Amino acid sequence: MAEEALFEFLHHEIVALVVENEKKSDAEAGQNAVSKLERIGFAAGYRIVERLTREWPRFKDELDTMKFICKDFWLAVHRKQIDNLRTNHQGVYVLLDNRFRFLSHMSTGKQYLECSPQYLAYMCGMMRGALSNLGLNCVVTAEVTHMPACKFHIQVQRT
Amino acid sequence: MNRSVDPKKVNSELFTLTYGALVVQLLNDLESVEDVNKHLDRMGYNIGVRLVEDFIARSSADKCYDLRETADKLQAAFRMYLGISPSIANWAPAGDEFSLMIDTNPLTEFVELPDTCSNMRYSAILPGMVRGACEMVHLEVSSWFVQDQLRGDPVTELRVKFIKRLEDSVPPGED
Repeated sequence: MAEEALFEFLHHEIVALVVENEKKSDAEAGQNAVSKLERIGFAAGYRIVERLTREWPRFKDELDTMKFICKDFWLAVHRKQIDNLRTNHQGVYVLLDNRFRFLSHMSTGKQYLECSPQYLAYMCGMMRGALSNLGLNCVVTAEVTHMPACKFHIQVQRT
Repeated sequence: MNRSVDPKKVNSELFTLTYGALVVQLLNDLESVEDVNKHLDRMGYNIGVRLVEDFIARSSADKCYDLRETADKLQAAFRMYLGISPSIANWAPAGDEFSLMIDTNPLTEFVELPDTCSNMRYSAILPGMVRGACEMVHLEVSSWFVQDQLRGDPVTELRVKFIKRLEDSVPPGED
Protein backbone atom coordinates (compact mmCIF):
# COMPACT_ATOMS: atom_id res chain seq x y z
CA MET A 1 0.00 0.00 0.00
CA ALA A 2 2.05 2.84 -1.28
CA GLU A 3 -0.07 5.81 -0.30
CA GLU A 4 0.56 4.79 3.24
CA ALA A 5 4.17 5.91 2.93
CA LEU A 6 3.05 9.25 1.57
CA PHE A 7 0.73 9.83 4.49
CA GLU A 8 3.40 8.88 6.99
CA PHE A 9 5.93 11.23 5.43
CA LEU A 10 3.36 14.01 5.44
CA HIS A 11 2.69 13.41 9.10
CA HIS A 12 6.40 13.52 9.88
CA GLU A 13 6.77 16.75 7.99
CA ILE A 14 3.83 18.31 9.81
CA VAL A 15 5.35 17.38 13.15
CA ALA A 16 8.75 18.69 12.16
CA LEU A 17 7.35 21.93 10.79
CA VAL A 18 5.10 22.72 13.72
CA VAL A 19 7.80 21.94 16.26
CA GLU A 20 10.35 24.04 14.43
CA ASN A 21 8.00 27.01 14.02
CA GLU A 22 7.18 26.95 17.70
CA LYS A 23 10.81 26.84 18.69
CA LYS A 24 11.39 30.07 16.89
CA SER A 25 8.44 31.88 18.35
CA ASP A 26 8.54 31.40 22.11
CA ALA A 27 9.90 29.61 25.13
CA GLU A 28 7.05 27.30 26.04
CA ALA A 29 7.56 25.64 22.74
CA GLY A 30 6.88 21.97 23.50
CA GLN A 31 3.38 22.31 24.87
CA ASN A 32 2.29 24.76 22.22
CA ALA A 33 3.42 22.53 19.39
CA VAL A 34 1.53 19.58 20.80
CA SER A 35 -1.69 21.54 21.05
CA LYS A 36 -1.28 22.79 17.51
CA LEU A 37 -0.77 19.28 16.20
CA GLU A 38 -3.79 18.21 18.17
CA ARG A 39 -5.83 20.92 16.49
CA ILE A 40 -4.75 19.79 13.04
CA GLY A 41 -5.77 16.26 13.97
CA PHE A 42 -9.09 17.47 15.31
CA ALA A 43 -9.97 19.16 12.05
CA ALA A 44 -9.08 16.08 10.02
CA GLY A 45 -10.86 13.67 12.36
CA TYR A 46 -13.99 15.79 12.50
CA ARG A 47 -14.30 15.65 8.75
CA ILE A 48 -13.22 12.11 8.04
CA VAL A 49 -15.72 10.56 10.40
CA GLU A 50 -18.50 12.22 8.47
CA ARG A 51 -17.30 10.48 5.34
CA LEU A 52 -16.90 7.16 7.14
CA THR A 53 -20.33 6.99 8.72
CA ARG A 54 -22.26 8.41 5.80
CA GLU A 55 -24.26 5.26 5.18
CA TRP A 56 -24.41 3.95 8.70
CA PRO A 57 -27.37 3.65 11.03
CA ARG A 58 -27.26 5.72 14.19
CA PHE A 59 -25.13 4.36 17.01
CA LYS A 60 -27.05 2.76 19.86
CA ASP A 61 -25.04 4.15 22.75
CA GLU A 62 -21.67 5.39 23.86
CA LEU A 63 -20.10 1.94 23.92
CA ASP A 64 -21.29 1.31 20.41
CA THR A 65 -19.56 4.50 19.30
CA MET A 66 -16.36 3.46 21.02
CA LYS A 67 -16.49 0.09 19.33
CA PHE A 68 -16.75 1.88 16.03
CA ILE A 69 -13.63 3.88 16.88
CA CYS A 70 -11.73 0.75 17.84
CA LYS A 71 -12.76 -1.30 14.86
CA ASP A 72 -13.72 0.54 11.73
CA PHE A 73 -12.18 3.92 12.38
CA TRP A 74 -8.87 2.39 13.38
CA LEU A 75 -9.03 -0.03 10.49
CA ALA A 76 -9.62 2.77 8.05
CA VAL A 77 -6.86 4.96 9.38
CA HIS A 78 -4.26 2.40 10.46
CA ARG A 79 -5.37 -0.75 8.66
CA LYS A 80 -5.67 -2.67 11.88
CA GLN A 81 -8.01 -2.81 14.83
CA ILE A 82 -7.17 -1.59 18.25
CA ASP A 83 -5.74 -4.42 20.34
CA ASN A 84 -7.57 -3.88 23.58
CA LEU A 85 -10.46 -1.77 24.82
CA ARG A 86 -11.21 -1.31 28.48
CA THR A 87 -13.78 0.82 30.21
CA ASN A 88 -15.08 1.52 33.69
CA HIS A 89 -18.59 2.08 32.27
CA GLN A 90 -18.50 5.61 33.63
CA GLY A 91 -17.15 7.40 30.66
CA VAL A 92 -13.49 6.39 30.80
CA TYR A 93 -12.12 4.25 28.00
CA VAL A 94 -8.61 2.95 27.54
CA LEU A 95 -7.57 1.88 24.07
CA LEU A 96 -4.37 -0.06 23.66
CA ASP A 97 -2.47 -0.35 20.41
CA ASN A 98 0.49 -2.70 20.70
CA ARG A 99 2.17 -1.38 17.62
CA PHE A 100 1.16 2.19 16.95
CA ARG A 101 1.93 3.18 13.40
CA PHE A 102 3.61 6.53 13.98
CA LEU A 103 5.95 5.02 16.56
CA SER A 104 6.66 1.75 14.82
CA HIS A 105 9.66 3.05 12.88
CA MET A 106 11.42 4.33 15.95
CA SER A 107 13.76 2.54 18.28
CA THR A 108 11.98 0.27 20.73
CA GLY A 109 14.28 1.34 23.53
CA LYS A 110 13.89 4.38 25.70
CA GLN A 111 15.91 6.59 23.39
CA TYR A 112 13.06 8.54 21.82
CA LEU A 113 10.52 8.21 24.59
CA GLU A 114 10.54 11.90 25.36
CA CYS A 115 9.71 13.03 21.86
CA SER A 116 6.84 10.57 21.54
CA PRO A 117 4.13 13.08 22.60
CA GLN A 118 4.54 15.09 19.44
CA TYR A 119 3.98 11.99 17.35
CA LEU A 120 0.82 11.09 19.24
CA ALA A 121 -0.82 14.51 19.36
CA TYR A 122 -2.17 14.31 15.84
CA MET A 123 -3.90 10.99 16.50
CA CYS A 124 -5.33 12.17 19.83
CA GLY A 125 -6.79 15.15 18.07
CA MET A 126 -8.15 12.98 15.35
CA MET A 127 -10.00 10.77 17.82
CA ARG A 128 -11.32 13.79 19.68
CA GLY A 129 -12.54 15.28 16.42
CA ALA A 130 -14.21 12.05 15.35
CA LEU A 131 -15.97 11.62 18.69
CA SER A 132 -16.98 15.23 18.78
CA ASN A 133 -18.73 14.91 15.45
CA LEU A 134 -20.48 11.80 16.76
CA GLY A 135 -21.84 13.82 19.65
CA LEU A 136 -19.38 12.94 22.39
CA ASN A 137 -17.37 15.68 24.00
CA CYS A 138 -14.11 14.06 25.15
CA VAL A 139 -10.63 14.58 26.41
CA VAL A 140 -8.14 12.28 24.72
CA THR A 141 -4.65 11.72 26.04
CA ALA A 142 -1.98 9.21 25.17
CA GLU A 143 0.63 7.42 27.16
CA VAL A 144 3.66 5.42 26.08
CA THR A 145 5.61 3.20 28.39
CA HIS A 146 7.11 0.74 25.95
CA MET A 147 7.68 1.80 22.36
CA PRO A 148 5.88 1.18 20.03
CA ALA A 149 2.86 0.30 22.19
CA CYS A 150 0.58 3.17 23.04
CA LYS A 151 -2.39 3.64 25.34
CA PHE A 152 -5.06 6.20 24.56
CA HIS A 153 -7.24 7.41 27.39
CA ILE A 154 -10.62 8.79 26.46
CA GLN A 155 -12.64 10.61 29.04
CA VAL A 156 -16.14 11.54 28.05
CA GLN A 157 -17.16 14.92 29.37
CA ARG A 158 -20.70 15.12 30.63
CA THR A 159 -22.26 18.42 31.43
CA MET B 1 -27.50 -1.88 6.81
CA ASN B 2 -24.16 -1.30 5.27
CA ARG B 3 -21.56 -1.36 7.98
CA SER B 4 -18.31 -1.24 6.15
CA VAL B 5 -15.81 1.25 4.92
CA ASP B 6 -13.54 1.13 1.93
CA PRO B 7 -10.01 1.45 3.31
CA LYS B 8 -8.46 2.36 0.01
CA LYS B 9 -10.74 5.34 -0.47
CA VAL B 10 -10.38 6.43 3.12
CA ASN B 11 -6.66 6.55 2.81
CA SER B 12 -6.66 9.15 0.09
CA GLU B 13 -9.33 11.13 1.92
CA LEU B 14 -7.27 10.96 5.05
CA PHE B 15 -4.36 12.45 3.17
CA THR B 16 -6.53 15.14 1.60
CA LEU B 17 -8.16 16.17 4.87
CA THR B 18 -4.92 16.13 6.82
CA TYR B 19 -3.33 18.29 4.20
CA GLY B 20 -6.27 20.67 4.32
CA ALA B 21 -6.08 20.94 8.10
CA LEU B 22 -2.39 21.69 7.80
CA VAL B 23 -2.93 24.46 5.26
CA VAL B 24 -5.56 26.05 7.47
CA GLN B 25 -3.23 25.94 10.45
CA LEU B 26 -0.43 27.52 8.41
CA LEU B 27 -2.74 30.26 7.21
CA ASN B 28 -3.62 31.00 10.82
CA ASP B 29 -0.03 30.99 12.00
CA LEU B 30 1.73 32.87 9.24
CA GLU B 31 1.03 36.36 8.11
CA SER B 32 1.30 36.14 4.37
CA VAL B 33 0.05 33.68 1.81
CA GLU B 34 3.51 33.76 0.21
CA ASP B 35 4.96 32.35 3.41
CA VAL B 36 2.46 29.53 3.37
CA ASN B 37 3.39 28.73 -0.22
CA LYS B 38 7.04 28.67 0.75
CA HIS B 39 6.47 26.35 3.67
CA LEU B 40 4.37 23.96 1.65
CA ASP B 41 6.99 23.86 -1.05
CA ARG B 42 9.71 23.08 1.45
CA MET B 43 7.66 20.33 3.05
CA GLY B 44 7.09 18.89 -0.38
CA TYR B 45 10.80 18.94 -1.02
CA ASN B 46 11.50 17.06 2.21
CA ILE B 47 8.83 14.50 1.43
CA GLY B 48 10.12 14.05 -2.12
CA VAL B 49 13.64 13.43 -0.86
CA ARG B 50 12.38 10.49 1.18
CA LEU B 51 9.64 9.33 -1.12
CA VAL B 52 11.98 8.70 -4.03
CA GLU B 53 13.69 5.93 -2.08
CA ASP B 54 10.37 4.27 -1.44
CA PHE B 55 9.50 4.65 -5.10
CA ILE B 56 12.72 3.10 -6.37
CA ALA B 57 12.44 0.24 -3.91
CA ARG B 58 8.87 -0.50 -4.97
CA SER B 59 9.10 -0.07 -8.69
CA SER B 60 12.68 -1.31 -9.17
CA ALA B 61 13.11 1.60 -11.53
CA ASP B 62 16.28 1.93 -13.57
CA LYS B 63 18.33 5.02 -14.13
CA CYS B 64 16.76 7.51 -16.52
CA TYR B 65 18.85 8.40 -19.56
CA ASP B 66 16.69 11.18 -20.89
CA LEU B 67 13.94 13.47 -19.72
CA ARG B 68 11.25 11.45 -21.45
CA GLU B 69 12.01 8.50 -19.22
CA THR B 70 11.96 10.80 -16.22
CA ALA B 71 8.54 12.03 -17.26
CA ASP B 72 7.28 8.46 -17.47
CA LYS B 73 8.65 7.68 -14.03
CA LEU B 74 7.02 10.75 -12.57
CA GLN B 75 3.75 9.67 -14.11
CA ALA B 76 4.14 6.23 -12.56
CA ALA B 77 4.88 7.80 -9.19
CA PHE B 78 1.73 9.90 -9.35
CA ARG B 79 -0.23 6.76 -10.10
CA MET B 80 1.37 4.87 -7.25
CA TYR B 81 1.05 7.49 -4.54
CA LEU B 82 -1.95 9.61 -5.44
CA GLY B 83 -3.89 7.17 -7.59
CA ILE B 84 -4.07 9.47 -10.59
CA SER B 85 -2.43 9.26 -14.01
CA PRO B 86 -1.56 12.71 -15.28
CA SER B 87 -0.89 12.92 -18.99
CA ILE B 88 2.38 14.28 -20.28
CA ALA B 89 2.08 17.13 -22.73
CA ASN B 90 3.49 20.41 -24.01
CA TRP B 91 7.08 19.36 -24.58
CA ALA B 92 9.36 22.29 -25.19
CA PRO B 93 11.07 22.14 -28.61
CA ALA B 94 14.45 21.67 -26.93
CA GLY B 95 13.06 18.70 -25.01
CA ASP B 96 14.01 20.11 -21.63
CA GLU B 97 10.55 21.03 -20.37
CA PHE B 98 7.23 19.25 -20.13
CA SER B 99 3.91 19.45 -18.33
CA LEU B 100 1.97 16.98 -16.27
CA MET B 101 -1.74 17.56 -16.86
CA ILE B 102 -3.81 16.59 -13.83
CA ASP B 103 -7.58 16.57 -14.35
CA THR B 104 -8.53 15.50 -10.85
CA ASN B 105 -6.19 16.62 -8.16
CA PRO B 106 -6.85 14.54 -5.05
CA LEU B 107 -5.36 17.22 -2.82
CA THR B 108 -8.08 19.68 -3.72
CA GLU B 109 -11.03 17.31 -3.54
CA PHE B 110 -13.00 19.21 -0.90
CA VAL B 111 -11.42 22.59 -1.40
CA GLU B 112 -12.55 25.99 -2.52
CA LEU B 113 -10.29 29.02 -2.32
CA PRO B 114 -11.71 32.15 -0.73
CA ASP B 115 -11.02 35.47 -2.45
CA THR B 116 -8.53 36.51 0.19
CA CYS B 117 -6.19 33.70 -0.87
CA SER B 118 -6.11 34.42 -4.57
CA ASN B 119 -2.35 34.06 -4.85
CA MET B 120 -2.29 30.92 -2.78
CA ARG B 121 -0.80 27.89 -4.46
CA TYR B 122 -2.78 25.32 -2.58
CA SER B 123 -1.05 22.24 -3.96
CA ALA B 124 2.44 23.72 -3.65
CA ILE B 125 3.54 20.51 -2.02
CA LEU B 126 3.50 18.71 -5.39
CA PRO B 127 6.14 20.74 -7.24
CA GLY B 128 8.22 20.55 -4.09
CA MET B 129 7.98 16.79 -4.13
CA VAL B 130 8.98 16.59 -7.77
CA ARG B 131 11.99 18.80 -7.13
CA GLY B 132 13.12 16.86 -4.06
CA ALA B 133 12.70 13.48 -5.69
CA CYS B 134 14.58 14.48 -8.84
CA GLU B 135 17.42 15.97 -6.85
CA MET B 136 18.03 12.65 -5.17
CA VAL B 137 18.55 11.02 -8.55
CA HIS B 138 20.98 13.72 -9.68
CA LEU B 139 18.59 15.86 -11.67
CA GLU B 140 18.17 19.49 -10.87
CA VAL B 141 14.75 20.58 -12.06
CA SER B 142 12.44 23.41 -11.33
CA SER B 143 8.74 22.82 -11.10
CA TRP B 144 5.72 25.08 -10.80
CA PHE B 145 2.01 25.33 -11.58
CA VAL B 146 1.00 26.94 -14.85
CA GLN B 147 -2.71 26.29 -14.44
CA ASP B 148 -4.72 25.40 -11.38
CA GLN B 149 -8.33 24.19 -11.26
CA LEU B 150 -8.79 25.97 -7.95
CA ARG B 151 -8.25 29.24 -9.75
CA GLY B 152 -10.76 28.41 -12.44
CA ASP B 153 -8.53 26.80 -15.06
CA PRO B 154 -9.90 23.73 -16.85
CA VAL B 155 -6.99 21.49 -15.77
CA THR B 156 -4.16 21.59 -13.30
CA GLU B 157 -0.88 21.83 -15.17
CA LEU B 158 2.38 21.12 -13.42
CA ARG B 159 5.39 22.28 -15.41
CA VAL B 160 8.78 20.61 -14.99
CA LYS B 161 11.96 22.15 -16.39
CA PHE B 162 15.30 20.39 -16.52
CA ILE B 163 18.14 22.60 -15.32
CA LYS B 164 21.21 20.46 -15.06
CA ARG B 165 22.57 17.08 -14.20
CA LEU B 166 24.17 17.05 -10.76
CA GLU B 167 27.59 15.46 -10.62
CA ASP B 168 29.01 13.49 -7.76
CA SER B 169 31.71 15.55 -6.15
CA VAL B 170 34.83 14.15 -4.57
CA PRO B 171 34.47 13.92 -0.79
CA PRO B 172 36.55 16.56 0.98
CA GLY B 173 40.08 15.44 1.74
CA GLU B 174 40.30 12.85 -1.04
CA ASP B 175 41.98 14.00 -4.20
